[in-house]
Amino acid sequence: MAARRTAGALTRRTLVPAAVLLAAAPAFLSPYWIGLLTQMVIFAILAMSLDILLGYTGLPSLGHAGVFGVSAYGVAILSTSYHAGFWMCIAGGLLVGLLLSAAIGLLVSHVRDVYFLMITLALGMVLWGVSYRWIPVTGGDNGISGIPRLEAHAGLPFSGAVPFYYIAVLVFAVSAGLMALIVRSPFGLTLEGIRENEPRMKSLGFNTWLHCYLSYVIAGVFASVAGVVWAYYNGFVSPTYLDLTASSELFLMVTLGGPGTLVGPALGAAALVVLKNVISAYTQRWLLILGTVYVVTILAAPEGLWNLARRHKPASLP
Amino acid sequence: MIYFLTQTLNGLFSAALLFLIASGLTLVFGVMRIVNIAHGSFYMLGAYVASTVVSRSRSLLLGALAAVVAVAAAGFFVQSLLLRRFAGRPLAQMMLTMGLALVFRDMVFVIWGGDPFTLPYPPALRNSIEMAGVVFPSYRLFVVVAAVCVAVLLWFVNERTLIGAKLRAAVDDPEMAAATGINVALLSSCVFAAGAGLAAFGGVMGGPILGGYTGMDFDLLPLAFVVVIVGGMGSLRGALVGSVIVGLIDNFGKALVPELSYFTLFAPMVLVLAVKPTGLYGRS
Repeated sequence: MAARRTAGALTRRTLVPAAVLLAAAPAFLSPYWIGLLTQMVIFAILAMSLDILLGYTGLPSLGHAGVFGVSAYGVAILSTSYHAGFWMCIAGGLLVGLLLSAAIGLLVSHVRDVYFLMITLALGMVLWGVSYRWIPVTGGDNGISGIPRLEAHAGLPFSGAVPFYYIAVLVFAVSAGLMALIVRSPFGLTLEGIRENEPRMKSLGFNTWLHCYLSYVIAGVFASVAGVVWAYYNGFVSPTYLDLTASSELFLMVTLGGPGTLVGPALGAAALVVLKNVISAYTQRWLLILGTVYVVTILAAPEGLWNLARRHKPASLP
Repeated sequence: MIYFLTQTLNGLFSAALLFLIASGLTLVFGVMRIVNIAHGSFYMLGAYVASTVVSRSRSLLLGALAAVVAVAAAGFFVQSLLLRRFAGRPLAQMMLTMGLALVFRDMVFVIWGGDPFTLPYPPALRNSIEMAGVVFPSYRLFVVVAAVCVAVLLWFVNERTLIGAKLRAAVDDPEMAAATGINVALLSSCVFAAGAGLAAFGGVMGGPILGGYTGMDFDLLPLAFVVVIVGGMGSLRGALVGSVIVGLIDNFGKALVPELSYFTLFAPMVLVLAVKPTGLYGRS
């Protein structure tokens, strides 16, 4: 209990400075770093959404980048092929992500552990395959470029990297707040109960299938939020955002940061975005370094850095 | 009709390659519960090692042997030095194999470069066989026969030998098997090595047609996972039946609706998961 209280205090103590830093960052950062910071908050939403599944419910999804990518494609296709308006694109991107996770959730909510891992992996690869091969719609390997700038598309009076950054931070803050509410609600605690001991939760009368299903759909919705913002940020979507490497990078963000917390995955996402961009500038050997980070993470900090920092040790990655 | 027969034979060729990859994947999963993302890397390494040995020695047989032995040895060390420390922690093991897969891909790029290549055909199998109007390359037929031989061999080892009996014991209950004096740790390393070797063999057999290229490690891997899911995780018979189903569906899918070729894989998987979530031959 004491551990939990100090952990909460640490989260609260870091929350206010983090918010101030995020708000003040454009004042003293170069445009390059503002771009990186925008990427960080987008991937933080995505990593936190995966953690609802992986860390809180104990369902290791290796296809999470698929949902993210499909909603990004939704925005891209609607805005370029159909010249749809801004709200139409947002709604379309979110809806396609919601429907997709509602459909996939039906297939995977009854399996657990390694089986869940393997089936989501295969489904994620199917999504990648569709984006890669369904050339008339997705443009295949070339992807889709020419997504309009968000500010112009929404008809806002201002534009540029800094306004976009603030929009992304706003979306991040709202999503993070909602996710924090969800994991602290009775529903979220039930998810943790399922992770710890599903038979007991069942015998207490909880519909564990439904909880897992809802957990999958909720994670999918927040992944689509990230996907929609990413499509506007990047202006371009391609199959690489859906592939196995992307899904496993997400997995690494959560594991490196600290599964079972929301702050950890956000930090993990930030760390990986910085690492990827900074190292890619100096060397071609990014994959080698990323692979080494995986191995070192598992060997040295399998419960994640944030959990190490909190000095409160939950069960390490099973 | 002729078109149908040709496509069926092509599908069987894909099925043969898939079986070589998926059988190792399913065995490793059955014994150790490892979702081995690096399995595609072993398939890739097989093709690359064989290409080097073949270009030096001009002998295909030597190339195949060297590839299988070298990759099996690599698999043995990966299991006994890294994965064994994380026994019983499938997520940590999956992450390790993912990291290794990335490292392997980059190492292959550093060592062999990014140029695609194909292995030479064996001289005796360069021609085609014609039967009742159906022309079929004899090399593809040879690969199908080789895979059937491997399947028979695996079945024989698994069902009729002492090693197979120990293996089945370790799959059913590793702790109990260890208590009766079976060296489960060594057995696990050997199974992992055998799986890696089989994947490498698949890479060599596919070499003259599919060749080696950047990204081949994650190319057949999803299909192999679908095979394992459809057939039942841990079941060799499931891997065989699953390979034929997935190989045929994938091939007809690519021929008939090329844009949706990956989507056609979705159908058997959904069907099997809905009717029998553990796969055709899997046990819950």
